[in-house]
Amino acid sequence: MPKMNLSHFEASIIFAFFTSVVLGVITKRTDRERIRHAAQTFGYFVLAIFGLSWLMYLGHG
Amino acid sequence: MAENVSSVQHASSLQRDPAAGASAPFSKWAPAVLLAWLIPGGGHFLLKKRERGVVIAVSVTVMFLLGLMMRGAMFHPEGGDLLTTVIYYGGFIGDLLSGVLYFIAVALGYSQPDMAGHVHDYGTKFLVAAGLLNLLAMVDAFEIVTGKKD
Repeated sequence: MPKMNLSHFEASIIFAFFTSVVLGVITKRTDRERIRHAAQTFGYFVLAIFGLSWLMYLGHG
Repeated sequence: MAENVSSVQHASSLQRDPAAGASAPFSKWAPAVLLAWLIPGGGHFLLKKRERGVVIAVSVTVMFLLGLMMRGAMFHPEGGDLLTTVIYYGGFIGDLLSGVLYFIAVALGYSQPDMAGHVHDYGTKFLVAAGLLNLLAMVDAFEIVTGKKD
């Protein structure tokens, strides 16, 4: 099994992507709603990643 | 095989009568939920929801494999103070929820010690998250069988 080395950003974006896809697939009824919900969830994840990253950066001075 | 077909037929009949879902017998929903646990996406395949099954199978498997490639640690049940017990038992259950992926990894000797470093840490979280996503897929399969969802 090859070893993988990812940055915080890469790992959290990949995590957000697959989590959003599964959440979209299982929570809605039509394909259109699923894609929309997955995209929306992914957007919120990215927003939280950037928000928390800046918060930690500024918190450290 | 006949049981599987019967399970699918039962699911279809329940979809026509959502009220029947609440009293669905264990023997009707257990095969789909058990298969959903053992093989990510398997429950949806059994219930003829192939597209959803493929998406779940790919997502859970890729997350699990990424966790292994990042050399994430597997949790083992371990007692101690309350927080330690919750983290280790919870993590172990999360790992176990990946079904056959977990069993194959352990059978092939995957045993990564818990090491410092953000990549290992992400790997550990990816392994647990793969199991938790599979848990959501199991709940979805249950809801399809009991007619709460189509």
